[in-house]
Amino acid sequence: MAMTGMDIYKNLPKSNCKECGFPTCLAFAMQVAAKQKALTDCPQLSDEAKDAFADASAPPMKLVHIGPEGDAQVKIGQETVMFRHEDKFYNASALAGKVAASLSDEEASARLRQINEAAFSRIGQDISVSMAAVEVEGLSADAAAGRAKTLADASRVPLILMGSDPAVVAAAAGAIADKKPLIYQATADNAEAMIKVAADNKCPLAATADTLEELADLARSAADAGVGDVVLSFDGRDTAKTLRNITSARRAALKKNFRALGFPAMVDAACDDPFKETVLAATFTAKYAGIIIINGLDGSELIPLLTAAQNIYTDPQVPNTVEAKLYEVGDVTDSSPVLFTTNFALTYFSVEGEVERSKVPSYICVVDTEGLGVLNAYAGDKISPEKVVKTLGEQSVADKVKHRKLIIPGLLPPFRAEIEDTSEWKEVIIGPESATGIPRFLAENWN
Amino acid sequence: MEVTDIKEKWTNKIRTVTIGATADEGGTRANTVTVGGETTLPFLTFEGEIPNRPVIAGAIADVVPEGWPQILKDAIGDVINSPAEWAQKCVEEYKVDLISLKLIGGDPAGANRGPSECAETVKSVLEAVDVPLIFWGCDDEEKDNELLMECSHAAKGEKCLIGSATESNYRTLGAIGTADKHKVIAEAPVDINIGKQVNILLQDAGFSLNDVVMCQVTAALGYGFDYVYTIFERVRIAGLKGDDLMALPQIANVGWETWKVKEALQDDDVLPGWGKLADRGPMWETTAATGYLHAGADILTLAHPKSIAAMREAIDELMAN
Ligand code: SF4
Repeated sequence: MAMTGMDIYKNLPKSNCKECGFPTCLAFAMQVAAKQKALTDCPQLSDEAKDAFADASAPPMKLVHIGPEGDAQVKIGQETVMFRHEDKFYNASALAGKVAASLSDEEASARLRQINEAAFSRIGQDISVSMAAVEVEGLSADAAAGRAKTLADASRVPLILMGSDPAVVAAAAGAIADKKPLIYQATADNAEAMIKVAADNKCPLAATADTLEELADLARSAADAGVGDVVLSFDGRDTAKTLRNITSARRAALKKNFRALGFPAMVDAACDDPFKETVLAATFTAKYAGIIIINGLDGSELIPLLTAAQNIYTDPQVPNTVEAKLYEVGDVTDSSPVLFTTNFALTYFSVEGEVERSKVPSYICVVDTEGLGVLNAYAGDKISPEKVVKTLGEQSVADKVKHRKLIIPGLLPPFRAEIEDTSEWKEVIIGPESATGIPRFLAENWN
Repeated sequence: MEVTDIKEKWTNKIRTVTIGATADEGGTRANTVTVGGETTLPFLTFEGEIPNRPVIAGAIADVVPEGWPQILKDAIGDVINSPAEWAQKCVEEYKVDLISLKLIGGDPAGANRGPSECAETVKSVLEAVDVPLIFWGCDDEEKDNELLMECSHAAKGEKCLIGSATESNYRTLGAIGTADKHKVIAEAPVDINIGKQVNILLQDAGFSLNDVVMCQVTAALGYGFDYVYTIFERVRIAGLKGDDLMALPQIANVGWETWKVKEALQDDDVLPGWGKLADRGPMWETTAATGYLHAGADILTLAHPKSIAAMREAIDELMAN
């Protein structure tokens, strides 16, 4: 939140002592607001004023870390906008696989192995389940501690400890405090004791309440007890209400700088029906949840949900590109077809997908068009026959195949003559206008 | 603790478009479907009204779509060979609100059916079901001009929603819509500015925007979904903020786009660990549909019965609470 000169002035000593080099505190305040001077240039600043400034210049939504430092640590929050086109969404929703308390020890361990293995690669990015939500509800304190310890030791990912009885959760948290699990969760009924569990173990805390007013009170109580890392927790199954509340909480934090709700959110979407669960999880991937708890660990559910998070958290201001190089799709040989396309990720992956579908192993030469698709690149002078020929040379494509046939996008027919005239690629074939035409095109034109 | 008031004050209302005509209105539909009319973002009823629920259109085609995976054909069953029976199954079993018929059989590079044959299909679907109808051409512009004209005549007075008017054929579509009292889909290629431009062109050609539903070439999940999702949001926000040229209901053609992409076509023999296609395919469709629903789609076109069921339940739940 940018502070105005007046906001800053209010917190200065107003003594006009001139030690900062300015004639008045107000003049100094204006310089600070304009970022010409730092606050610390006023030697008379009181400690309370320093705190007030630190608070005001802190991001409106806190960044919360869960798990020990390292690659697997989950970071959520510090979001800046309600809609991704206004800037971007920063810290992608973490999917948490639930390990129910009702499972036997062996079953729980097997489930954790599934979570550990739920890691995939899609369009060159790693996507995975990034938390384990271990339920200790109904277990004895000893059993909870034992289960937390066993699973935490075996886990690739940070844990959420789910339970309503502070004594049980305390036992579990105490056993793995060094793993910085998320304590889940403080409610109106257990607030004081559950906040203490988080405070004693220096762990982040999830808090839930029926209304945002009560939730703000809980978060404030946590802060007063020294628990600064809070996650606002909502029940995904109550979809309509949660959608309204999660939206309102985020607006209050980001647009009104309302500190008591200035935390990331999480949603429990776990249900028995995988389709219902997918709908809920997809809803809150788009709508503001930093963590989503689910039951389903089958690829058929995880891949769509992880892809949704990948998409929603893509930076909309940066053209989505792939590396401009020669790609091999399938088991290519020196007689495989050669196609070229742009480095706009969408274009490339459409072409790649259709080439895969055609089952004709092919080379795809990707030309750097600064992230523009074929037509836009052509209109914006980012692709030309000369550039295509140069790229083919740089990628040594002629060394890979013995023929000299080149398939060009159907939207660029004028390129044919010039490429044939100025390069060794003497047989330029005009391909389909849209990637979807590739399978038929290859079936008919390549054998 | 009192929470600061965060309500947005939207100044505009999305236009309403009513699809279908009952006997009283000169058609033969049992009911009409009205979309639009929102004065708030999707489901945020604390600061505005959502007078009409988002609806689901069952995606059907005049010929069995080439390239659809077997798991989808199996889920639909034998009726996939008969547009009329397929439409009936959509209405009776899947409980869709309307039918979205794509006349891909007209494609000169495919079955190359003539306009009159396509018009017969439209008629057969209108006879088979009594919900409102959306129909689309075959994506070959030259052919579509002729084909849509003939289908439009065949459905005269039924107030169908016809797709789609683009920057290049908006005159034809506007003329067809006016002549036979249909509604028109304005379509743009993943470009919000072209989206607005097509609306302006239609309006300038004398076609009322109160009879237009906006459409962007709907990207499948993982294939430009982020672009289209954001366009849906930006269109809706612009409309609510007062841009009348953007204050139109929107349609997301999720079914058609989903069943073309790798994740909805290839089973776990090709994609090990990615789950069975029979589940993953409809999940892919459902996930994208969920996103578009929350970005501002008023009509979702869906193909798989499981996706239809999941989205119907989701909309019920969101509208009831
Ligand atoms: S040093 Fe501080 S107190 Fe003194 S004039 Fe400058 S701003 Fe005011």
